Amino acid sequence: MARRKIGTIGSTADIAFLLLCYFLMTTTMGDQSGLQRRLPPIPDEKQAQDQKVNRRNIIIVRINSADKLFAGSEPMDILYLKDKIKEFLTNPANDPNLPEKEAKEIEGKTYMVSKGVISLQNDRGTSYQAYLQVQNELVKAVNELRDDFSRANFGKKFSKLTEEEQDIVKKAVPQNISEAEPKDTGKK
Amino acid sequence: MSKFGSSSNKKEVPEASSNSLSDIVFMLLFFFMVTTQMRETEQKVKVTMPVASEVAKLERKDLSANILIGSPTLQYQAMYGTDARIQLNDSFKTVADIRDFIAAERDAMSEAERSLMTVNLKVDQDVRMGIVSDVKQELRRCSALKIMYSARKPAKD
Repeated sequence: MARRKIGTIGSTADIAFLLLCYFLMTTTMGDQSGLQRRLPPIPDEKQAQDQKVNRRNIIIVRINSADKLFAGSEPMDILYLKDKIKEFLTNPANDPNLPEKEAKEIEGKTYMVSKGVISLQNDRGTSYQAYLQVQNELVKAVNELRDDFSRANFGKKFSKLTEEEQDIVKKAVPQNISEAEPKDTGKK
Repeated sequence: MSKFGSSSNKKEVPEASSNSLSDIVFMLLFFFMVTTQMRETEQKVKVTMPVASEVAKLERKDLSANILIGSPTLQYQAMYGTDARIQLNDSFKTVADIRDFIAAERDAMSEAERSLMTVNLKVDQDVRMGIVSDVKQELRRCSALKIMYSARKPAKD
């Protein structure tokens, strides 16, 4: 290093280098991302199961211990799950076996809101990867429906909407994914 | 041209000034200070996060409590085996300890922000759902209902 007239500046650089190395070692590039979900609260014993949901409004998505997927009652490949869920939630042909829709007023406008609920069940032996992939497909189906809804009503993608508009869309296309009680710890 | 002319009989090229070196290093330093975050805990379990395309970013990192589930790393396998274990803070814990952990995390937050707490589940992709369900049930019992399944974004093709 040049040591002729810049002794002090050289040491500043050294100190800065030391600090730099320190931060390189002790820190991580942090990006925490994931699927956010709300767990249902523990039901009170008294009011347990008083809100019966109509049969047609529920689709049961089950993953067994061999990571095989069942939607409704038939086995299904994960590739088709998204379309199945979209069909279930939109019920385009007003099929009596698919969920009913009710007109709901949100912020002064009425929209048809599906009453469909996706019930996700898993076995204790299901692998986490399979579980999360299914979760991902479910979220993807809802996100695509929200995008469609946004385009139809606001002419923009969901992510481009303002916060208030997003709230409207969220209410009109709810993300009703219920994670069932694990079979062997729940009652019955 | 005059540069070379003026230093007439000096053959050597003048040394590059290292004055700006410290500025550059400081700039790098600030870059790293801003973009990185402190590594909070030493990971004692191996966590390879599963891939999910619909991930959303966690907005408030300071309001999250981390629960790691995975098989112990090589150096701990002699003691703890290779079965999936739960890591809270710095040590291996069981499902029963989650209640205390959540309580401690809640205490560390201000009252107004407690309801915004997100429990970040960092689970290895090969873990079986049994242990995850147990953790989820325990979280429900502690009424820590906001959770996030940590996942990676798939690489863009």
